[in-house]
Amino acid sequence: MTVLRRLRGDRGFLAGAVVALLMVLVAVAAPLLAAAAGQDYTTYHDNLLDSARGGVPLGRFGGLGAEHWLGVEPATGRDLFARVVYGARVSLGVAVGATLLQVLFGVLVGTAAGLGGRWADAALTRVVDLVLAVPSLVLAISLLAIVPTDWPRPLLLAAVIAILGWGGTARITRGETLSLRTRDYVAAARLSGAGRFRIARREIAPGLAAPVLTYAALLLPTNMISEAGLSFLGVGVRPPTPSWGQMLSTATTWFRADPMYVLVPGGLLFLTLLAFVLVANGLRRALDPRQSEVLR
Amino acid sequence: MSTLTVEDLRIRFGDTVAVDGLSFALPAGGTLGIVGESGSGKSATALALLGLHTSATIEGRIGFGDLDLTGLDDKRWRRVRGARIAMVFQEPLTALSPFHTIGDQIAEVYRLHTGASRKAARQRAVEVLRQVHIPDPARRASNYPHQFSGGMRQRALIAMALACRPQLIVADEPTTALDVTVQAQILDLLDEVRETTGTALLLISHDLGVVAGSTDRVVVMRRGIAVEQGETAAVLGAPADAYTRELLQAAPHPTPPRQIAGEPLLRLCGVRKHFKQRRREPVKAVDDVSVDVRSGETLGIVGESGTGKTTLARLMTGLLTPSAGTITLDGVDIARRRGGSVQMVFQDPLSSLNPRRTIGESIADPLRLSGVRDPRPRVEDLLERVGLAHREYDRYPHQLSGGMRQRVGIARALAPHPRLIICDEPVSSLDVTTQAQVLALLEDLREELGLTMVFVSHDLAVLRQIADRVAVLADGRIVEIGDTAQVYAAPQHPYTKELLAAVPVADPAEARRLRALRRSLDPQPETTSPQR
Amino acid sequence: MIGYLVRRLGGAVLVLFGLSLLLYGLFYLAPSDPAILTCGKGCTPDRLAEVRHAMGVDEPAATQYAHFVRGLVGGRDYPAGPATRHCPAPCLGYSFETDQPVTRLLLDRLPVSASLALGAEVLALTAGIGAGVLSGLHRYRWLDRIVNGLVLAGYAVPVFLVGLLLLLLFCVQLQWLPFPSYVPLTTDPLAWAQNLLLPWVALAVIQTAAYARLTRAGIQETLAEEHIRTARAYGLPERRIIWRRALRGALLPLVTLTAIDLAAVMTSAVLTETMFGLPGVGQLLVGAVNQIDLPVVVGVTLLAGLLIVAANTVADLLYRAVDPRVELR
Repeated sequence: MTVLRRLRGDRGFLAGAVVALLMVLVAVAAPLLAAAAGQDYTTYHDNLLDSARGGVPLGRFGGLGAEHWLGVEPATGRDLFARVVYGARVSLGVAVGATLLQVLFGVLVGTAAGLGGRWADAALTRVVDLVLAVPSLVLAISLLAIVPTDWPRPLLLAAVIAILGWGGTARITRGETLSLRTRDYVAAARLSGAGRFRIARREIAPGLAAPVLTYAALLLPTNMISEAGLSFLGVGVRPPTPSWGQMLSTATTWFRADPMYVLVPGGLLFLTLLAFVLVANGLRRALDPRQSEVLR
Repeated sequence: MSTLTVEDLRIRFGDTVAVDGLSFALPAGGTLGIVGESGSGKSATALALLGLHTSATIEGRIGFGDLDLTGLDDKRWRRVRGARIAMVFQEPLTALSPFHTIGDQIAEVYRLHTGASRKAARQRAVEVLRQVHIPDPARRASNYPHQFSGGMRQRALIAMALACRPQLIVADEPTTALDVTVQAQILDLLDEVRETTGTALLLISHDLGVVAGSTDRVVVMRRGIAVEQGETAAVLGAPADAYTRELLQAAPHPTPPRQIAGEPLLRLCGVRKHFKQRRREPVKAVDDVSVDVRSGETLGIVGESGTGKTTLARLMTGLLTPSAGTITLDGVDIARRRGGSVQMVFQDPLSSLNPRRTIGESIADPLRLSGVRDPRPRVEDLLERVGLAHREYDRYPHQLSGGMRQRVGIARALAPHPRLIICDEPVSSLDVTTQAQVLALLEDLREELGLTMVFVSHDLAVLRQIADRVAVLADGRIVEIGDTAQVYAAPQHPYTKELLAAVPVADPAEARRLRALRRSLDPQPETTSPQR
Repeated sequence: MIGYLVRRLGGAVLVLFGLSLLLYGLFYLAPSDPAILTCGKGCTPDRLAEVRHAMGVDEPAATQYAHFVRGLVGGRDYPAGPATRHCPAPCLGYSFETDQPVTRLLLDRLPVSASLALGAEVLALTAGIGAGVLSGLHRYRWLDRIVNGLVLAGYAVPVFLVGLLLLLLFCVQLQWLPFPSYVPLTTDPLAWAQNLLLPWVALAVIQTAAYARLTRAGIQETLAEEHIRTARAYGLPERRIIWRRALRGALLPLVTLTAIDLAAVMTSAVLTETMFGLPGVGQLLVGAVNQIDLPVVVGVTLLAGLLIVAANTVADLLYRAVDPRVELR
């Protein structure tokens, strides 16, 4: 396949894919990794903090050493390695979950609008326009603040991000479906007696795969940023569950005394996002080489 | 004295040689045609005459008046372009900037080369627009290109070419994107401005008929080489080169008509198709059409763009439902046709094949639907029947040439044993030689399988070869219908006459006669503007 | 034109109506009672009832919503102890938390957010279009590379991370700039700009990359179009072709994007304000959310919705202005 060949020749994609895969492994194996380090993400280590300086970790680089591979958290002394490893779970889990939901919902609505009658299309397009016109982050903050705190937070995050962000997928799917259904080969299939569902499955669905995949690949890092942002603002996962955005939020009060606490979760977040963006970019170039250069 | 002297011109793109040793001369005020199929190097030559190649190596000599164009630097080139040599491009839709008015674009060129005042440039723009017969040129000058129809845009481009009174106009496929009647008008206009302004004209086309009536001399090109050149009448009348003969023969030629008196297979009765528009009058794409397609005949439907011929074709297959009227196949409403009794061959063979499925799968689909368990052997038979190899089964559409793709389209249409095949412009996107082969294949198949065919086309010459009867479509109505020979010999309706007079013919004498005939018919230059 | 604006306005009202309805609905479905929070510790049932009445949350949800809409259109009166107080026309109610009129709160905070968003947008457009044009003309390969790298990175950094890093670098390590604190433009323009510099940069980084990429692609696409070839064939100088023809085509998509991006910039502004401690609308929202201050939350959300709809309308009108082919529908 030419697509695979193109992907294999794309160094950016390969690097991104390796890092992204690694991050997924880290997230999946978080308990194992924490156990291997002999740490967990909840135990306080007051003895490692400099109480004279308000609870900054003792030692250089945020208390980094053989015991605590990435040092400890200021004020609590919790093991930073264990916390970022578990943080990867939340970041990736929420982003993947939200992306899956968005694609599922977006494709369903998009194809329904594209293949349904004129009225279905008009109604669904209205709904999609409405979803796209909503100030999503602002609304997400409000929604997450209202919901009782005892609901499962990661699930809720994924759901809220998905509910406010499926419009783009729907719009793209609808546009592609509308363009595909006017192709002559669809007319030819109709003439040979193929029914509605057979045409949707055999003639239209294969044409949708590439654009939807390309778009979804870019949704994933976007959703990760949303999760990090919401956690940063304090409406994400609740402590003690760690998330990168939430750690960075705490870090805003500590970054003068303990820069490590910014750099570790911040660096990981950036690296992971960059990896997924590279993967998305590579996919786009491989699947649709003619499309304009713009990543949008 | 010659205006343009090209000696041993060679154009290379990397390792590819586009033009190889081309020489010709064009006298002041004279006309020269360059003819060739795609890939012959004719457009590369045109661009070289204006120094517009960016990545090509150009050798040889291009002499223009007292200038040697081959050694010019960019600054000197700019003084030649537009001022002394002007170019008219193929696509009038995209050749003008969409963001500036027609008048501004012409005036800009005029000011650039003459240093005239804004007012003088504006006046010149209106003047040349009048010269190319744009009605109400003073007002039209402040229109944007999208407010002009295709033919008017091409007129505007010619006006722009005339603005600085150049010694040479290079027209690269100036009429290819246009309807046949508009094409004739533009060719007549070029002929007229050449006569009145005394500029020389280099006309480049793939169509022998376009060149025949408008040039004194002609160069026939193939794969970068001039295979033959000379007086137009001599070259087209008694070609010396085998390729020129092949080109002339590939052009469609009339065949003895058949008289078919079969029972009507497909009946259209008072059929209308109106498309609703938001807050506007509905578009009457097909307006009260009644026609019978007789069993065993080939019915040709001719019409220019926007006459509703594609809509009519789709109505005939049942893909579209009429707004009013009835369409019956063997007495049964077409909407309730079973299996694949009506099939269609489409214009663009690339868009008519699913790019993500192998061509074998595309052909096998209708067979599977009719209950064939293992369709592969049947598909291979069909591939062979349309002149393709068995191994093409597993290839994808983009791996085939245009002609091969159209053969696949025909094989797919044949698969479910149809009784009626509707062909919608099946050869209009193909080169002349490929076109001839596909037409021959369709004829063979029709004869062998006893098919009934409806053949929709804009090309009167093609229909004259393939159709038994012809229906002329204008504004969604059939204005004339009759046996092919009779319609061509004695057209009744004025529109049919205009169409027939506009057909390009490869015989220079006949072409001149038709031009005279057109002047006597004096069709108004189309004044409609909307597009969208 | 007028028909278009009327339709657009109708759409906007619909969107805002839907938004407020959604928020109200959710707040009343949610089991948390804002009155308990306001009432504070040691709240007696009598006192609670009083508070609820003062806040207007003792009525059925539908009635409350009707009051809200009426207040928005024509103003409304609130009971305040024995007397009533009048809340004039675009009335969004009083904050549960501070007892200030929400409209007042928003107006107080808006200049901060506007300074932030508009400044960042100007910065991003200037830098983005500049870099895009330069790299689009293929003059400098290295610039091409940088723009490419930047755009990928731009997709991969959350704005608060950029902010944190900027603070770390310029305020802690290099100590070139003071920690930002908002100074109104009217008080001291220089201090205003100096304090907003880091937030602007943080907010602009992502947009800059996107604009640069878009401008470059636009220029390259337009330069490949046939009318550019016509211009060359008629002897127009290259500079004129680029400035008068190519840029015109390249900037088209940018016009729409800029207006639409205002939405993205606005949401990023919420984060930036929190990040840098700027007293803008975003910070107001975050604070209100933590206190379940319904009127404020609704007010901010509606304001955001209004801005987005306005931005889209402006985008359409601008598009019409720069491209003569476009008809407004």
